[in-house]
Amino acid sequence: MSSTYNSNAYNFGFLDENTKRMLRRALLKAVAIPGYQVPFGSREMPLPYGWGTGGIQVTAALLGPNDVLKVIDQGADDTTNAVNIRRFFGRVAGVATTERTADASVIQTRHRIPETPLREDQLLVFQVPEPEPLRTLEPREAETRTMHALADYGLMHVKLYEDIAQYGHIATSYDYPVMVDGRFLTSPSPIPKFDNPKLDRSPALMLFGAGREKRLYAIPPYTRVESLAFDDHPFEIQRWEHRCAICNAGDSYLDEVVVDDRGTRMFVCSDTDYCSQRSDNAATEEAA
Amino acid sequence: MSALLQVRGLSHHYGRRIGCENVSFDLHPGELLCIVGESGSGKSTLLNTVAAQLTPTAGAVHYHQKNGDWLDLGALSEADRRRLAREEWGFVTQNPRDGLRLNVSAGANVAERLMALGQRDYGRLRDIARGWLERVEIDPARIDDAPTGFSGGMQQRLQIARTLVTQPRLVFMDEPTAGLDVSVQARILDLLRRLVNELGLAAIMVTHDLAVARLLAARTIVMQGGHVVESGLTDQILDDPQHAYTQLLVSSVLTT
Repeated sequence: MSSTYNSNAYNFGFLDENTKRMLRRALLKAVAIPGYQVPFGSREMPLPYGWGTGGIQVTAALLGPNDVLKVIDQGADDTTNAVNIRRFFGRVAGVATTERTADASVIQTRHRIPETPLREDQLLVFQVPEPEPLRTLEPREAETRTMHALADYGLMHVKLYEDIAQYGHIATSYDYPVMVDGRFLTSPSPIPKFDNPKLDRSPALMLFGAGREKRLYAIPPYTRVESLAFDDHPFEIQRWEHRCAICNAGDSYLDEVVVDDRGTRMFVCSDTDYCSQRSDNAATEEAA
Repeated sequence: MSALLQVRGLSHHYGRRIGCENVSFDLHPGELLCIVGESGSGKSTLLNTVAAQLTPTAGAVHYHQKNGDWLDLGALSEADRRRLAREEWGFVTQNPRDGLRLNVSAGANVAERLMALGQRDYGRLRDIARGWLERVEIDPARIDDAPTGFSGGMQQRLQIARTLVTQPRLVFMDEPTAGLDVSVQARILDLLRRLVNELGLAAIMVTHDLAVARLLAARTIVMQGGHVVESGLTDQILDDPQHAYTQLLVSSVLTT
């Protein structure tokens, strides 16, 4: 795919250098203040809002010629969004792409964190639709910014309270609010709460981009990230009675897939790379 | 006993128009003060300026904090103002829909201020919320109902519960019974009188209804055109009004 890269047609990474510099300055500020939403001049990108315009701009600002890019959508490497963003950067930056988590230096993701543990030399870029965790409770931007400035976060627990009152447990299952470094209430983007523990003290730098809302934020490596909860209703992640039907994993996030029109279902890993690695390993062991 | 609140020469102007002008009074712990006057007389402006929701054009308000320090409310930072409003004060609005969070249940409304203060035990929050619903005569079984399904009087009682749950030292009330029918008014006034006595809280209440002042307040301030025209003991003012406007107000009340 890198053979199609024509350095005369596009600046490296699609965005012009001034835009990339603006993004990098905003990213540096975001890393300096973990969890704080930094405004940035979001550009029009050749894909619609809601498809990852924030993440794609962050990735464009980060990529160097020697980077290896992986893009996932709901954990999968082979869905439309993932395939197209990967192909896009192959064309406009000529960087190598991969589906293997371990081989990637930059991973752009929508709605998942890979199951394979990340390393210090990897960057994780999240696509964020709504960076403001308080938005559904407080529509006024001026008010939510004041609440962040004063760390006035009692309101967030009102939502969790309502969950328990209505469903008997905290029913929020994705975009589960977290407290970053004990200071800023932050949206982890719509990842399942299954992935929240992976945010805590992660060795990899995590960067979040919201293109439509024009906000960036970051969780630097080894930063404390706590999921909100009540003393008598502690934070819990999803569990399944099933194992992955393909690789037999019992520790990964499973998707329920309808396989015929009579309602037969199977549970498979949402992280396609993790699943195929495990299947390959199992096949090799069997052969040996 | 030292005052809880000292108001000195307080004015608030809307451009060239007077909201309230040169108002001074003291409020003592456990005291309920009524501000009466006709519509547009500056009652609500005075209340909001005292409560640091409006910036005074002139004059000062000093508040005696829980820890014993005097605080100049004019020099208060936004952070401190919110802390005070959260921890030591309460505000009951005329329209309960302004003071309540309508998209969450009654229980969450009552518990919100406690959660803002860091209370993180769901079971305990529920118990406290049920207790307060009972205290304001709302069936505790309705704890998970949305306040939109409550009658106007119930909404107002819910707002009172939500405000008083943190046991504030000072409560500001802006016509809490206006817009409710007479029997509901009586019930809420009765409730307020009981809670104010039980909790020993100080309150400033704005009303245009002299009967409310007579029932609840030890002291009353009468306002006209932004100025205080008369102030003193409620009974004295109502039984022996000195100022012409107060005499008019008192004589305009229907007697049976």
